[in-house]
Amino acid sequence: MQPATPVSPPSTNYDNNAVDKRKLWRVITASSVGTVIEWYDFYIFGSLAIILSEQFFPPGNPTAAFLSTLATFGAGFVARPFGAVVFGRLGDRIGRKYTFLLTLLLMGGSTFAIALIPGYAVIGTLAPALLVTLRIVQGLALGGEYGGAATYVAEHAPDNQRGRYTSYIQTTATVGLLVSIGVILGCQAWLGKTVFADWGWRLPFALSGILVVVSYFIRRNMDESPLFAELKQQGTLSKSPLRESFSDPKNLRLMLIAMFGAIVGQGALWHTAQFYSPIFVTKILNVEFVTANQLVAVALLLATPFYVIFGALSDRLGRKAVMMTGLLLAVIGYYPIYHGMDSVVAAGTLTSQSVQNVDGKKIETLQYDNGKVVTNTTTVAAGGQSTVKSEVQPATATKFWLIALIFIQVLFATMAYGPIAAFLVELFPTKIRYTSLSIPYHFANGVFGGCSPFVATWLASMTGSKFAGIYYPMGLAALTFVVGMVFLKETKGKKLRD
Amino acid sequence: MNSIKRLFGLLWIALGLYVGYDRIVDSVSKIGSENLENRIFGWVVLLVLTPLITGGLCLFGYYAFKGEYDER
Repeated sequence: MQPATPVSPPSTNYDNNAVDKRKLWRVITASSVGTVIEWYDFYIFGSLAIILSEQFFPPGNPTAAFLSTLATFGAGFVARPFGAVVFGRLGDRIGRKYTFLLTLLLMGGSTFAIALIPGYAVIGTLAPALLVTLRIVQGLALGGEYGGAATYVAEHAPDNQRGRYTSYIQTTATVGLLVSIGVILGCQAWLGKTVFADWGWRLPFALSGILVVVSYFIRRNMDESPLFAELKQQGTLSKSPLRESFSDPKNLRLMLIAMFGAIVGQGALWHTAQFYSPIFVTKILNVEFVTANQLVAVALLLATPFYVIFGALSDRLGRKAVMMTGLLLAVIGYYPIYHGMDSVVAAGTLTSQSVQNVDGKKIETLQYDNGKVVTNTTTVAAGGQSTVKSEVQPATATKFWLIALIFIQVLFATMAYGPIAAFLVELFPTKIRYTSLSIPYHFANGVFGGCSPFVATWLASMTGSKFAGIYYPMGLAALTFVVGMVFLKETKGKKLRD
Repeated sequence: MNSIKRLFGLLWIALGLYVGYDRIVDSVSKIGSENLENRIFGWVVLLVLTPLITGGLCLFGYYAFKGEYDER
């Protein structure tokens, strides 16, 4: 049943194809800056997980281990899709602008609060309980943010350039990750590792409070989405977006096809390129941790503009063509890429070898003709068992190769991810768009995508094969490619008015 | 193309059932593990992820098999 408000022609008469470019850029900036901050907030928790566990969880306590695991997995798997349900509904009921203002404040408030919680040594078990609660709030807020930002930008953008303009939202997760790494490394360098581990880790969380206030004032002055305003004025808003999203078989079919025909593979590629590639380089190829992360950061930085390039290309070639090409190239290219990473790190001829004993540890240093240095540290435990830890400092040429090979992986991810906001927005009707877009996006990205680094690492350790881990994202990408090619319809240029 | 879509529908249902079976067997073994993290992970997979993945794939397959995605 429709609301009792009389239906009248919209007074806004908004024509998105004749949009003022300055206004459009203000919309994109306000949306993107807030979304970058939300991703920044989400990632600093993950990046500082070890320090947080030392500060907030007592060692050797099973309840603490439970809470720690819950904080890590719960926010991504459960809270994010649940946030999509809660805030998607709000976005379709009260408006895009107010909802993503709310998610911004929730995310910023919870992140800032983490900076203020006393540690376990001061308030005991209340400390981990508060931390987990705030982490869950972070996950909820993130689940509501993306759909709002993508919908808000898309509903302002011209039909023939929607891929280009929404792709700026697609860059935000990578930029947020890079900013979080930069802030953490900057604070560590400024304060020193000991002070940072003691209290300095609170600074990146506190910084979020300032960033959120700035972003809040930018967003607060923006207008509501014109298409939502029209529906509101006509009195044709959905009364129950969640029920309509699931009870209308046509919409449910679209949500399923969006998930299995686009988002599952995209999520797997994006998470593998950004999170599994550094795990592979550090844990499997034993490249020194800081060096490996620097190489990944450079590759991410170089690849980020391609979200926009492929988003814009999808306005010409079609969303489906660009996304499916990215998936197919990943299925074909992942094995040679990971094999290549292994080969370039292994390259070199041994020229000298030395052994030292330092503090009861045997340190073997191997020098190679290409400049590579491998350090094998053997530690003998009290029971007589010895463990060997290898660390590779790669040659300069190897570093360039690694950057190039990681860059190519991210490039495939940008092809699959760049056009997806425009595609999802075009797939669903305005009155339930926020809900219908957010649920499959966060479910598939949280569950299939977010799991990719864990499953890939687990596969590699279970099978003992260096390359077993990549079969999981390759399999998901292949499945999505087949579903997408057979079932997806092109949406490029579609008018967004219902 | 419509016949292919319907055949794929059966494939998605089969895949959903296989993934469901595989995940249930795996998570039951994890739930019985000594390691607390494995036990938690097992419960999350069994109660949250498996129903959603299996349900999603089977529903998608059912719609495809019924011809709901056919070109008309």
